[in-house]
Amino acid sequence: MLLEIKNLHAGIEGKAILNGLNLQINKGEVHAIMGPNGSGKSTLAKVLAGHPSYEISEGEVIYEGKNLLELEPDERAREGIFLAFQYPVEVPGVSNSQFLRLAYNEKMKHLGREELDPLEFNDYMKEKAKVVEMDKSFFNRSVNVGFSGGEKKRNEILQMAVLDPTLAVLDETDSGLDIDALRIVAEGVNKLRSAENAIILVTHYQRLLNYIEPDFVHVLAGGKIVKEGGKELALELEEKGYDWVKSANAK
Amino acid sequence: MTQTEKETIYSAGFRRGLEDSIQPDWMKSLREEAFRFFTENGFPVVQSEEWKYTNVSPIAKENFRIAKSADFTKAEIAPFVFAESSESVLVFANGMFDRSLSNLKAASGATILSFGEAASDERFAAILKSKLGSLVGFEKNGFTALNSAFIGEGAFIFLPKNARIETPIQLLFLTENDVISCPRILIVAENFAEATIIETYVRAGETKYLTNAVVEISIADAGKIKHYRVQRESHEAFHVSTTAAEVHRGSVYDTTAINLGAKLSRHDVKLKFNSEGGEAFVDGLYLLGGSQHHDTHSVIAHDVPNCTSHQTYKGILNDKSRGVFNGKVFVAVGASGTDGYQSNKNLLLSNEARVDTKPQLEIFNDDVKCSHGATVGQLEEEELFYLLSRGLNDSLARNLLTYGFAEEIVNKIGIESIKKQLDEAVLNRLNANLGA
Repeated sequence: MLLEIKNLHAGIEGKAILNGLNLQINKGEVHAIMGPNGSGKSTLAKVLAGHPSYEISEGEVIYEGKNLLELEPDERAREGIFLAFQYPVEVPGVSNSQFLRLAYNEKMKHLGREELDPLEFNDYMKEKAKVVEMDKSFFNRSVNVGFSGGEKKRNEILQMAVLDPTLAVLDETDSGLDIDALRIVAEGVNKLRSAENAIILVTHYQRLLNYIEPDFVHVLAGGKIVKEGGKELALELEEKGYDWVKSANAK
Repeated sequence: MTQTEKETIYSAGFRRGLEDSIQPDWMKSLREEAFRFFTENGFPVVQSEEWKYTNVSPIAKENFRIAKSADFTKAEIAPFVFAESSESVLVFANGMFDRSLSNLKAASGATILSFGEAASDERFAAILKSKLGSLVGFEKNGFTALNSAFIGEGAFIFLPKNARIETPIQLLFLTENDVISCPRILIVAENFAEATIIETYVRAGETKYLTNAVVEISIADAGKIKHYRVQRESHEAFHVSTTAAEVHRGSVYDTTAINLGAKLSRHDVKLKFNSEGGEAFVDGLYLLGGSQHHDTHSVIAHDVPNCTSHQTYKGILNDKSRGVFNGKVFVAVGASGTDGYQSNKNLLLSNEARVDTKPQLEIFNDDVKCSHGATVGQLEEEELFYLLSRGLNDSLARNLLTYGFAEEIVNKIGIESIKKQLDEAVLNRLNANLGA
């Protein structure tokens, strides 16, 4: 098993958000986490990446046999965890290619593999940029500075392509995307999907799942999973609305 | 008592210098008046509002000598000359324009003269007389007074009408140990003239000296001057300087001041719009560590309508360093259509670093668009987490964000070898290797 979350309780600034969440993920699987606003979807994504503002009060997260919660965010990343941010951060003054090469080489160093020099990396990045149809003019621009909402999300997927994670968590990657950008981003994710990795799609809407077909759908409400099923669950949810699971949870 | 002794020392040098010089009477009397102001008032004190946060008593305590010559060789100077201006470089040794160390081959579109030469030239004597000291007085400040008193082999750079000087003109300042240097530059750009000026103060070893510089720039209608200023004095040195520019109809003055060196430094920037349609960019960066102290004071005067000024100053302060930013933007009665923007952002990398920032807008007209702001803070947590989540370790992530903070200003510089040198300087200061 790649990831096992057992009875996870987590919160921020003393406010409990996740209340006993359980989840199991194997390599080669795509899991969709759906749920209404405030159900804890984004908290789960941030906790997995190690955001320092969140406190874990109970539970366990085992990733590739290791206690994930003991690792610093950068260690998690080098171990193969990637979070595509809902609101990607702008980093003025640092070029996309400079930033990504540093990140890539940190990971290579960690894995004991060869690092790439700027020229080699440029070729590698050019290849990866095709995944999200990103022009190389973006390489020399400051990370996310002046990017449109859609470009920022594409840039997240480009980073995912470059860093080649074992577990990718996509936090509302579909939010704020028009239909063309959504297609490009989704096709990019589909190209990166493989038997060697797993993807968690955190989303409010079923729309994204038309493009990226999940193996499992989990519905989150009140900080825990209240309903699970295959991809058909997303359609049922779309039809009946989140009140359906909220009432199911209440029972 | 200390003050009187210092004046005695500078007095002897002053009289000797004045007797030796072959300057015209008007220049001599300007110098005498300025020196009288200095002997009566001395260096500024912290009781003065303009010098509240910068105590220059360490300068007043020193016994700097007034040098009549300097011993720099071409080989010593070569590493400080930028490739882009290797044939358009003016060298100032101990504050004096030295033609033999300079190379002016590629700057033939401009007329470059010492003040002595300009004063005895039929065409330029009147311009020199009317412009020298017109933008920087000595009545308010002991440093500019002392600089004016020692006006000697300064340089007069004249850009004739329609001149397009393609190669950047570098002004390179070096000062020997124990010396007070008072370089003085006057740049006069006629209508439609365009040029790039690079002003660089560099160290020659771990030496202790005082640079006390004044640069006056007058840009006539539709002229364009880009002005990069890189201060990398020795870490034992003192640096005090004033840059003053006047901008006429439709002309553009774009300046970027980078402050990296000196133990104690102060830079005054004064900008004056003289007629409508002027545009100015007044940007800067101070990157401080150890116990360095830097103070930037700027005054931008919108005395006439429809001019635009943009100012972005950034500070990065480590260790026990101290920064001061004081920026005034005045909008006079009748200066409608003024567009003024001012920002000062500071990044504190240590708990012991400190910055005092005071952006000031004084607006006496209704129809204007002005904004200003200042921040002092640490790195943003969300930005840091973003970088960590990509696998960069904590110190690399912090360095990258700090580097990025500085790069916003450094990237403004359109000259590759300056940019490269500054990149390296920033990284060195951060003690970082970003694998560039």
